[in-house]
Amino acid sequence: MSHPLGVYGPVVTPPGRKPPILFGDFAAPAVETLEGFRAIGGYETARAALKDRKPEEIIEIVKASGLRGRGGAGFPTGLKWSFVPKASPKPKYLVVNADESEPGTFKDRELISRSPHRLLEGVLLSAYAIGAHQAFIYIRGEFAFLVPGLERAVAEAQRAGLLGKNAAGSGYDVDVVVHLGAGAYICGEETALLDSLEGKRGNPRTKPPFPAVEGLYGCPTVVNNVETIQTVPFLVKNGAAWYRGWGTEKSPGTKIFSVSGMVNRPGNYEIEFGLPLSALLEEYAGGMRAGYRLKAVIPGGSSVPWLGADQLATPLDFESVQAAGSFIGSGGAIVIDDGVCAVDAGLNLTKFYRHESCGKCTPCREGGRWMEVILQRLEDGQGSRRDIADLKSIAGQILGRSLCALGDAAAMPVLSILEKFPDEFEHHVTTGKCVVNRRRTAVERARKGEPVLV
Amino acid sequence: MAVTGGAAVGHKLLSAGRPLEFSAEDKQALAAIQARYPERASAVLPALWLAQKRWGLISQEAVAAVARELEVADTDVAAVATFYTMFHLEPVGRHVLQVCCTISCSLMGADALVEHLKRKLGIELGQTTPDGRFTLKKVECLASCGTGPVLQVNEQKFHECLDLEAVDRLLDSLT
Repeated sequence: MSHPLGVYGPVVTPPGRKPPILFGDFAAPAVETLEGFRAIGGYETARAALKDRKPEEIIEIVKASGLRGRGGAGFPTGLKWSFVPKASPKPKYLVVNADESEPGTFKDRELISRSPHRLLEGVLLSAYAIGAHQAFIYIRGEFAFLVPGLERAVAEAQRAGLLGKNAAGSGYDVDVVVHLGAGAYICGEETALLDSLEGKRGNPRTKPPFPAVEGLYGCPTVVNNVETIQTVPFLVKNGAAWYRGWGTEKSPGTKIFSVSGMVNRPGNYEIEFGLPLSALLEEYAGGMRAGYRLKAVIPGGSSVPWLGADQLATPLDFESVQAAGSFIGSGGAIVIDDGVCAVDAGLNLTKFYRHESCGKCTPCREGGRWMEVILQRLEDGQGSRRDIADLKSIAGQILGRSLCALGDAAAMPVLSILEKFPDEFEHHVTTGKCVVNRRRTAVERARKGEPVLV
Repeated sequence: MAVTGGAAVGHKLLSAGRPLEFSAEDKQALAAIQARYPERASAVLPALWLAQKRWGLISQEAVAAVARELEVADTDVAAVATFYTMFHLEPVGRHVLQVCCTISCSLMGADALVEHLKRKLGIELGQTTPDGRFTLKKVECLASCGTGPVLQVNEQKFHECLDLEAVDRLLDSLT
């Protein structure tokens, strides 16, 4: 199943669609270098803002823009920043969440690889806005091979006096530290990330207190996703009204969606909020590959409920997707085709969450394990109707009962699949087999050494 | 990828069989790393990465060496070493082959790729070939979903859009 390389090609906007904002940087030659970035006016916004604008002004622009966190939670960014107590004598910290681990999501990797200086410019502006003099970029361990490029950008910016002491000649210091993780999905959860950054296991914390008040080392801390931070320079340069030229009233701006599955052009697409899901899949991702039919779509990363083939008209904005029963989440759009067994897919997802659970909360730790056991039994053809009822009940008991969203993330897909594909569960119970399962067929062939198209 | 309290419990760190100490150069590097953080304990992850680079895996003695440099408790370092999946707690081969098998890659045939690798290398998941060349692991989402199936060797750049021929060529290239 090899498919054409869709990585890091030129950004193409379908006719009639709005151009991207962040991805616009990629058209500039060598934009990952300081020289290439400066050629498109890079760091000028930060230089001017750190000199001429007050931090509160920057917070106001971000608030007015309606920017919401792009990592998955979608919390209003300006509001989060405003929670930082200005009068606190404690040092403030900015943390960039580059722990991208939500299955189906691969956008931050492209941003970090292709336009690291835009991220650093966003870091400068955001740190200044919240009063932080030190920013940590927490990058997942598996991205170790991206660190040299990122460190190179940091070093270039430092040498040019844009970062570090007296950043961009402003008199304001911003030190950037790149901190490598070591393999833990949970460290993408902001409070678990902070524990990890402090040198501990990645266990989430109770909130309140919120990180903006008591975060890293007990100090006021803002944690934001790469895509969120990388949007800030554009907001400060062009203003909130400009940004609201994209998207909808309640969901202004753009969102990068990572599309995967049996589509012709998997990849990252920065779209205007409000674009119908069908347009993302057809116009941007080239529609389904020949011989594959769409069965379902997970619109926002593996943690969100599934959308059915009858919901493709759903506009991709926060309120519409929520009304349709799912969430924008990280924007990791996973296309499920008709060769996929829904029970098997549910098992795959459940195994993921059980693996990644930090173990702190009983509902997530034990419930996740129990759901996996049941789904495995169903998939092995040994399941009963009681199993289906138990699965629904357990998932329902995990929801809302864990310290962090991982528990919900484990439960929601299961409930969604049970609701949308009850026939497949029934079929597993009555026949002991999947209705269809391309994956299993391929595995069985591979085990026997038979040729199999991967 | 974290190890839950409920799953594979009882991680006993292996003993290296001899005391381990960072070189003077490494100690200097660690001191510089610690100085970048407001609190030294934040350097546990970078220190463990360095320990793994030097000694191949995180043993009891490696934990002790890190704890000494950072002036933190052994148990705190051990707690971190056993939480994060990229720290090897057992000896591994020269090339640790990590194949993503989470949902998107699974849709693209990653599981069949793993079966192929098991057959070809003659090992089960988690095992190392007798010649010490390859260890085979399944890992969770590597953020390469649009270009799956994907395989990461150690901490290097991903090998994407794999099919059986491509993975065979990759193995041939890894001595």
